[in-house]
Amino acid sequence: MTVLRRMDWRLVVPAVVLCLAGVVLVWSATRPRMVAAGEDPQTYLKRQIANVLVGLVVMTAVALAGQGTLRAWTLPAYVGTLLCLAAVLTPLGRTANGAQSWLSVGGLELQPSEPAKVTLVLVLAALLGDRPDGERRPRGAQVLMALAAAAAPLGLIMLQPDLGTAMVMVATVGGMLLVAGVHRRRLALLAGAAVAAAAGAWFLGLLRPHQVQRLLTFADPMADPQGAGYNAAQALVTVGSGGLFGRGLFRGDQTGGRFVPEQHTDFVFTVAGEELGFAGAALLLVLLWAVVLRALRVAARSCPAPYGTLAAAGIACWLSVQTFINVGMVVGLAPIVGVPLPFVSYGGSSIVACLAAVGVLVAVQDQPSSSSILPRTSGVSRPRTVSVVRRRTTSSTVAAHSRSRA
Amino acid sequence: MRRFLLVRLLVSALFVALLGRLWQVQILDGERYTEAAVADHVRHIAIPAVRGRILDDRGRPLARNRAAMAVSVDRVALSRQPDHGRATLRRLAALLDRPYRELAGRIRLCGPKVGKPCWAGSPYQPIPVAEGVAERDAMRIVERPEEFPGVTAEPRPVRDHPRGNLAAQVLGYLAPDETSGGGLVGKDGLEAAYEADLRGRPGSQDVVVDSAGQVLRTQREQPATPGATLVTSIDARVQAVVEKALERAVRRARKADSGAAVVLDARTGRVTAMASYPGYDPDVWTGGIEPADYRRLISAERGSPLVSRAVQGQWPPASTWKVVSTAAAAASGYDLEGRYDCPGSYRIGGRAFRNFEGADLGAMDLRRALVVSCDTIFYRFAREMWPREPMQRMARDFGFGVRTGVDLPGEAAGRVPDSAWKRRQWAQTKDRICKDAREGYPGTAKRDPARAAYLKAIAAENCAHGYLWSPGDAANFSIGQGDVLVTPLQLARAYAALANGGTLFSPRVGKEVRGPDGTLIRTITPPVAGRLPVPARTLSYIRSALAEVPKSGTAAAAFSGFPLGKLPVAGKTGTAEAYGAEDTSWFASFAPADDPRYVVVAVISQGGSGGDAAAPAVREIWAGMYGLEGRKAALPERSRS
Repeated sequence: MTVLRRMDWRLVVPAVVLCLAGVVLVWSATRPRMVAAGEDPQTYLKRQIANVLVGLVVMTAVALAGQGTLRAWTLPAYVGTLLCLAAVLTPLGRTANGAQSWLSVGGLELQPSEPAKVTLVLVLAALLGDRPDGERRPRGAQVLMALAAAAAPLGLIMLQPDLGTAMVMVATVGGMLLVAGVHRRRLALLAGAAVAAAAGAWFLGLLRPHQVQRLLTFADPMADPQGAGYNAAQALVTVGSGGLFGRGLFRGDQTGGRFVPEQHTDFVFTVAGEELGFAGAALLLVLLWAVVLRALRVAARSCPAPYGTLAAAGIACWLSVQTFINVGMVVGLAPIVGVPLPFVSYGGSSIVACLAAVGVLVAVQDQPSSSSILPRTSGVSRPRTVSVVRRRTTSSTVAAHSRSRA
Repeated sequence: MRRFLLVRLLVSALFVALLGRLWQVQILDGERYTEAAVADHVRHIAIPAVRGRILDDRGRPLARNRAAMAVSVDRVALSRQPDHGRATLRRLAALLDRPYRELAGRIRLCGPKVGKPCWAGSPYQPIPVAEGVAERDAMRIVERPEEFPGVTAEPRPVRDHPRGNLAAQVLGYLAPDETSGGGLVGKDGLEAAYEADLRGRPGSQDVVVDSAGQVLRTQREQPATPGATLVTSIDARVQAVVEKALERAVRRARKADSGAAVVLDARTGRVTAMASYPGYDPDVWTGGIEPADYRRLISAERGSPLVSRAVQGQWPPASTWKVVSTAAAAASGYDLEGRYDCPGSYRIGGRAFRNFEGADLGAMDLRRALVVSCDTIFYRFAREMWPREPMQRMARDFGFGVRTGVDLPGEAAGRVPDSAWKRRQWAQTKDRICKDAREGYPGTAKRDPARAAYLKAIAAENCAHGYLWSPGDAANFSIGQGDVLVTPLQLARAYAALANGGTLFSPRVGKEVRGPDGTLIRTITPPVAGRLPVPARTLSYIRSALAEVPKSGTAAAAFSGFPLGKLPVAGKTGTAEAYGAEDTSWFASFAPADDPRYVVVAVISQGGSGGDAAAPAVREIWAGMYGLEGRKAALPERSRS
């Protein structure tokens, strides 16, 4: 089975385990709500299983497509997500929790900002990774193009406004610029501009009142535990009450009593915290960490082909920053800005985007651009060990090269 | 590549930070958050114990419980709703047909700036907002929790008075108590006096609730222990007879406004009936009293129905007091068989003290003096014994001037004035009196100069000599007028002591405390408070004199036609002058006169003379108790012999 052989199991297994854990946690979080509403308690369980299945199909498809196809489809996909993001702002969009971020198409609810993360990573990887002359750094024009390409979805998302996704995107872009080798001074300049833009947005009052409220609440979570700080306080209490081994799956009283709002989406981590305890919650984090580390490993291996390196690094930055914001807002390390926990939170758009990213990570490990002479699909004729050896050689060469430049 | 390393480090730092924080939240601070979570989802619910019943002497319930649907509201669940529960409360108000403001008021937490109604208990406990809700409305709440989140309806025991207004003041009432977390506590009458027995021990329950306040499951439960039953010596039928007689007497007298009556078992000191008019329906307390109802209960224009006049009302005893005076005179050496002159008036210190209606009745013995209620003979005794105070000593020996110690709260002590009391009184009032003596009464002088001059002269006299217990004071005292005050219960127990040969009881309404299953927990016996220092001969002399009163004395008219042969009633009328009002009418009696069993005392405020208002009421009570004059006997056979 070519498909199975080509899969990077050290990446796919933790990702799939996270998805399955997510299915169970979403079930636990939604069961009491649905019972209380007099509906089928397994509604969300079934839907999330469907989401994961669709995600796995997309992941496999992307993985099999390979880098070439991926590059060919990057621009249309990017333009497509931009159009969707624009459509969200029209009356086609639906508002939830103060942000107009949903698109209703034929009964399906889509959140275009999720796939936008994938296409952004791919577009940036393509723009910054294009080194026809074998240069080490992207040229100024490339950086400007990349910034422009990032600004378009970022701007549309800020208009929704979805502060959380915007923060994840900014971090992803920053990480990719860093890995792409953009000059230190330019990076500092960009960072300064970003900080100035953030400060400007704050002081010019560009943020919506509920966003300001959330940020203020983060500064002092217990200031108004029944009002603006309710989510933060309840999330913290729910996680904290889990102890070392938790109350047992489906046996959390805070979860069963529906005390945490949005518990199956942005606050799904609280279910793990309460019912599985530190042991379970930490295991989730370790699995996410494993996925991110694997992505960084892929990034390192893909050198010197900058496209794969940048795509993998971008995905690593995206997933780690999104995890940090999501879990951080649960445990009081980040403001309540509303991003899903990768692979775990309920939501088809998020699950499919994350699994597609895994597909991308599998796809870029194969490098048609640098080894197009080799047959692409003959697993038998090209033993795995050989390719590993070759990759190691190339990365050590680059390492030596960069050392000499330092 | 160094930048790779940098990204790797940054990413790992994020995860390490999350894991560290998670450890801190779940393990280091876990206990604190667990407590917070428990406060969130566990509600401690007090299960009220079913209150013990109050029974009459024959086991008939006077106060019991019935199940009524009570609607409670969970403040916490309400405050979690987007509009802080306003919409839910509005729907509930519409369902119960009550004003929204009232419901909102009931769930406010009491505080320094919060007026009534407000909730004095724990904010985490469901707050009862309505009791006695119609079954249909209660089912709507139970069946549609989504329409009424945070609202519960369940049957709760509420106090029920099967005999309506009967003995309302004696039974007392329940009201929420601020010190015991809003639970109902006996506030008056037997409910208060036997609170510890009746209350039982409340149970408690820890339930797990969801964020809407709906109970998911019970975590811990300790059932409540029901309260004990109080068996009283009140006989509900006698009580009904007494209340009816009292009401009729008050209505019959032209200006009468209130009254009280006591039936005491002279041999045991137990209270058989105790009534106060006007009465009220104790069910107004059920489910929290309406402010308008409460104002009515304490309003003086409506006769303050909340006051239990049998133990809290105080009046001068008038001629019923002559029993004490006679005993004191006999003890001081006046011959019981001697003859004394009863002139129309008796001069003391330049002032004429008149006999009742100024009649000159000639010479008579003390028996006759009691029968016709001659005043001047007692004026003479008082004048001659002054400044010694044998009458005051005797009055205290008869149990006046101190509380009887009856098992009812709020009892008045009455007053036995003497020279020491007079001095104290003067010390307290002399400043004002002497000011009046100096300045006169300018306000009154404009309208009525003669009256102002008279008042000024009295003030001057009081300012100069008010501290002295004068012979005039002693004369007033001897006929139960002036500053002497007694409660109907005090008078009843004094007459009981006279009737039973000298034993002064501390009366008791409670007779037995029984467990919920009927087992006897303890018997309540009226303690002996003292013995009259009066020889049996004197007591028997007085008793035989009083036996003559309904036959040929001051109560003859009231008892005309009464079968005294079947039930020889002995008694004494009293007509106390009240300044600026009609006389207070008294009749104190016991029967059978030759072997007394019961004492019946009645007082009608503004009823006129003792023979006019109180004596007919007492006659009606005796007739009802013993089944005379065509009535059915309220007393059971064995209690009549």
